[in-house]
Amino acid sequence: MPSKVENWKDELYGNEIRDQLFEFAREGWDAIPEDEHDAWFERFKWWGLYHQRKGQESYFMMRIGTPNGVLEPGQLEVVGEIAKKYATGPVDNPEFGDAYCDWTTRQSIQLHWIKLEDVPEIFETLEANGLSTQQACGDSWRNIVGCPVAGKDTHEHIDAWPIAEDLHETFKGNDDYANLPRKWKVSVTGCDEGCGQGDINDLAFEPAEKDGELGFNVRVGGGLSRKEPRFARDIDVWVPPEQAADVAHGMSALFREYGDREDRFNARIKFLVDEWGTEKIRGVLQEEFVDFELPAAGDDMREEYTYNAGDGQHGDHVGVHEQPDGNYYVGLDVLVGRMGADDALELAGLADDYGSGEVRLTQRQNVIVTDVDADRLDAFLDEPLLEAYSPDPHPFMRGSIACTGTEFCSLSIVETKNRQVRYARWLKDNVPVPDGVEDFHIHLSGCTASCAQPQIADISLRGMKTRKDGEPVEALDVGLGGGLGENPHFADWIEMRVPADEVPGYIENLLAAFETEREDGESFREFVAARDEGQLQALADPEETDYEDPYMHNTKTTWYPYATEDDMDASPAPTNGAGEPIPSDD
Amino acid sequence: MPIGVYQLDDGAWISVNDSREVNVSELWLLARHDFCDCDTADFLAEGFVEVGVDHPDIQTRVAGRCIQCDTEGVTGWLTVGRVVGPGSGEFYGVDHASVHVPDARTRLAKPT
Repeated sequence: MPSKVENWKDELYGNEIRDQLFEFAREGWDAIPEDEHDAWFERFKWWGLYHQRKGQESYFMMRIGTPNGVLEPGQLEVVGEIAKKYATGPVDNPEFGDAYCDWTTRQSIQLHWIKLEDVPEIFETLEANGLSTQQACGDSWRNIVGCPVAGKDTHEHIDAWPIAEDLHETFKGNDDYANLPRKWKVSVTGCDEGCGQGDINDLAFEPAEKDGELGFNVRVGGGLSRKEPRFARDIDVWVPPEQAADVAHGMSALFREYGDREDRFNARIKFLVDEWGTEKIRGVLQEEFVDFELPAAGDDMREEYTYNAGDGQHGDHVGVHEQPDGNYYVGLDVLVGRMGADDALELAGLADDYGSGEVRLTQRQNVIVTDVDADRLDAFLDEPLLEAYSPDPHPFMRGSIACTGTEFCSLSIVETKNRQVRYARWLKDNVPVPDGVEDFHIHLSGCTASCAQPQIADISLRGMKTRKDGEPVEALDVGLGGGLGENPHFADWIEMRVPADEVPGYIENLLAAFETEREDGESFREFVAARDEGQLQALADPEETDYEDPYMHNTKTTWYPYATEDDMDASPAPTNGAGEPIPSDD
Repeated sequence: MPIGVYQLDDGAWISVNDSREVNVSELWLLARHDFCDCDTADFLAEGFVEVGVDHPDIQTRVAGRCIQCDTEGVTGWLTVGRVVGPGSGEFYGVDHASVHVPDARTRLAKPT
């Protein structure tokens, strides 16, 4: 029997949602019948709108999909202005103020506290400037990711940006692929660093050579969610760039036809690959969904991958890098991916002044200013904004990633972004960086959905609860030794349910043990891989330190964790288009 | 009247009669259970796997973990609330901080 969500999608889904969304926006929040909230909230996702969690009724998160993370000249300014005008909630965030943009791990943009009534005006502004929220969430083709400097990279073998653009144009708003069994995440990469993170996507195109021609090998069925992480699997197919879209058509049609629509927990294609195996996936793709002979896989470049490969090299695009045309791109570290709207606007101005105006987003929640003229590079690097968003950050700042967390998200178990900011600052001030370590990933995800990609970090943190002195407190499971590269590896979960205020002390103790016990030149990932679970558990214990965590209480039960009066009853939501509380009928 | 019960947001919520009523990420104390070896499991609910109605009880099987012993798995059927009031179908949730018994109707208390 199809799931409840499938029934809602059968009734109405895809492009058609927009008319009713705009009608609700015109009439106001109250116009959505209460007994249809869940159905409409599920549908609104297709247009990039996620209803925020309990206590924040009538407010939405809005996701803008920027293929390959490319913000063309002028677009960052538009996003910053929208954030400043519309993304302001009833209470400021103590770390980030009253309006901010989140750069996500899939090279998209998230804004919060969006009111339904403002949606048509925001869409009009976005679309007038070549931006859209279409299919940024929901069961369809999501934002296409890839090497964030495609077309401007000395490591590049194929410029994948035109291919990503083509896929974006082809599959956004395409009714044939608008209603898939579940989300469909695609990565296209033409460089030899592995920064497209194809291994954790549903469909990955990775650079490969066959008979002297450059094209892509195809992998299928990667993903991290629900304690069921999978790396994408090689289906022994090579495709030339001009036929990448045909294979993408075929694979997403295969998913549409054979994906599980009865059980959403089993719907992602990773489970179909588990069930069928790669040979059958390839066979059905060939037989039913493409009309040309699929070549066998070519020679890939995976052994050259440096991105998050555990060998100490960065590969994350932060810093100053020369482009093939003699200009430079400058990658800036954005701690936990959140940037104030004023800062985003200032950055847009700098990108205009010093570069082409283009800005790109990475899968490490950072930003890149491209096309900086060599003669003006030093002046750009002297800009005061770069003190906050450094091209040469401390390793603990550089490596920190966090998801949205209980600030807004229904799924999360713990507070994340502000906590990770505090962790990074404390670690920077208190913990010596092990010798030779420049790249160190600490990813904090609030739940098993894994939006912060915790399983591919050196230190993986995942939301949990425990009791401390008998009281429930926010806690984290800690995993070690994950990463990508030629031979990707998911972190092994070593310390479970560590009270959140003891995590910095644990990391301090762990890195001290690493420094003491490592062999010469041994990387952290190698160090972890060389030890079994018992040995890793014996390395270090959690410990309270002078780190203070203001979010130990159950932040999920507050209407907003940072409000002075944070009880659910103190929430002003739902509010009308002016942000004024709507009186309850009770 | 019929009661509409289903999971939402990847099992993060139970919706009862089109209203989100029960959320994951709470700790539940479980007694007379076979989830793990603890006398009283201190169970973190991470995802609702199945939902059902045993009128007037709203029941669910939950994926999660006992934070005392780290056993992971799925519970038996737990009552998370009940729908009462003829015609109104109003939902009253149980107090998750009290002690709960999975499969309570088939699991009798034993004298200790």
